[in-house]
Amino acid sequence: MRTLAYRFRDLLALEPLTADELRFLLDQSKPFQEIQKHPLKKLATLRGKTVALAFFENSTRTRISFGTAASRLGADTMNLQAEASSIKKGETLLDTAFNLNAMKPDCLVMRHSASGAADYVSRHLDIPVVNAGDGTHEHPSQGLLDALTIRDRLGTIENLNVTILGDILHSRVARSNIHLLGKFGCRFTLCGPSVWVPRELEKIAPGTSIRCVYNMEEALKGAHVIIMLRVQTERLDDPPLSANDYILLYQLNAERLRLANCDAIVLHPGPINRGIEITPDVADGPQSCVLEQVTNGVAVRMAILYLLIAGASESGTHPALEAKPKESANASD
Amino acid sequence: MRIVEKSQLMSAPEIDRTLQRLAHEIVEKSGGTKHLALIGIVRRGVPLAQRIAQAMRGIDGVDVPVGVLDITLYRDDLSKVAPQAVLRSSDIPFGVDNMDLVLVDDVLYTGRTIRAAMNGLFDLGRPKRVRLCVLIDRGHREMPIEAQYIGRSVQTSDTEIIEVRLREIDKEERVVLVDRVE
Repeated sequence: MRTLAYRFRDLLALEPLTADELRFLLDQSKPFQEIQKHPLKKLATLRGKTVALAFFENSTRTRISFGTAASRLGADTMNLQAEASSIKKGETLLDTAFNLNAMKPDCLVMRHSASGAADYVSRHLDIPVVNAGDGTHEHPSQGLLDALTIRDRLGTIENLNVTILGDILHSRVARSNIHLLGKFGCRFTLCGPSVWVPRELEKIAPGTSIRCVYNMEEALKGAHVIIMLRVQTERLDDPPLSANDYILLYQLNAERLRLANCDAIVLHPGPINRGIEITPDVADGPQSCVLEQVTNGVAVRMAILYLLIAGASESGTHPALEAKPKESANASD
Repeated sequence: MRIVEKSQLMSAPEIDRTLQRLAHEIVEKSGGTKHLALIGIVRRGVPLAQRIAQAMRGIDGVDVPVGVLDITLYRDDLSKVAPQAVLRSSDIPFGVDNMDLVLVDDVLYTGRTIRAAMNGLFDLGRPKRVRLCVLIDRGHREMPIEAQYIGRSVQTSDTEIIEVRLREIDKEERVVLVDRVE
């Protein structure tokens, strides 16, 4: 039996993880996917534990997803929301983190508009920190839930052609996708207006095949997976393109989707701008996985919280040699 | 600390005969097998449940479904035991409401695993009845839990460990009593 464990105290990024570690995280999410189908979804596994959710940047879906994951594991949550918090009154990030930590949570889940914010905070806290999105750096739980969704639909995450469409320069989702799927031999085509898809992106993951393409028809050819990014309409005000031009050149519609592999799947981290980056018939069509992504998000986040708070490993030593309390000496495993 | 094998409690043919007997006992005492199902507890309860189900097919062609239950998330020793066991998938491909369930595990010891398994089952529905079948009952209970079907009862000391080795998992087939020696 080989020893396989998640060796980090925190989950800050997917880039430093090995393929084995990533596969372990995906495999450990499976039991939690099953729990989403149970009539009673609440476990008592983390009863008495507290998860602090600190979203310094607005989020609906990710915050609800982490909150749901915590409560389905039996943990309580404390919520910090940027709008109502003392950040508005000038408190520093670290002071806010110290104050939250002083209420003795067992884990801190945080989102921040600055790249590296979660890493910075984790260096000053003694509890696990989960990065729920930091600036344009990474969004590891999104990368994991996307990979889980792809593996469920296509049966594998190895050697696929993955096309990512939209504002890739500012996308932490795209980076987490590339750092995860790239380790399994996936090849990436990045496509969008050139200011959002600079050529430098081809070098962000050494060893991974990444090419930037500015013609959508070409980018879709042979794709097994199409990952749409939300067009941040607030950014369109400072336009590389008008909304109409964007639709004309880069909107995913049924006709363009036919250029991809015939069983290609479409992912979108949400929220969707219907009629801008994607047409409703594609968003709601059989190739779309957007709602599976949301369901899988809860499972992945349950696995992350479980692993970081409870810890996990598969030991190769003899059970009797481990200093375990009596009741587990003859546990099933 | 070293591990010393003290004795062999069951050989492969003895395990086989015991499972045949347990299959007969369960069918005999169930008063009908229409709603009967076996739930193997991960890990070694799973092949045992499958073998008992196989043996039942030899008894008037009784065909009972077998489910798989991983109790890791239902354990009560989260704060005491680190690191945790790796999670494995549960797979119970039938509704448990009104079913006549028999939990199957290799060793019954403190009873805490079975407590956890019952919590897991009740998250899935409301079975009509839950009974317990184990290959070995080694005593030292810490919960008010007993097995209805027992392969063999063994007197043990606290430091001893019963190892059930099954060919599906361990590449050998026997039950041994081992001890920890300082």
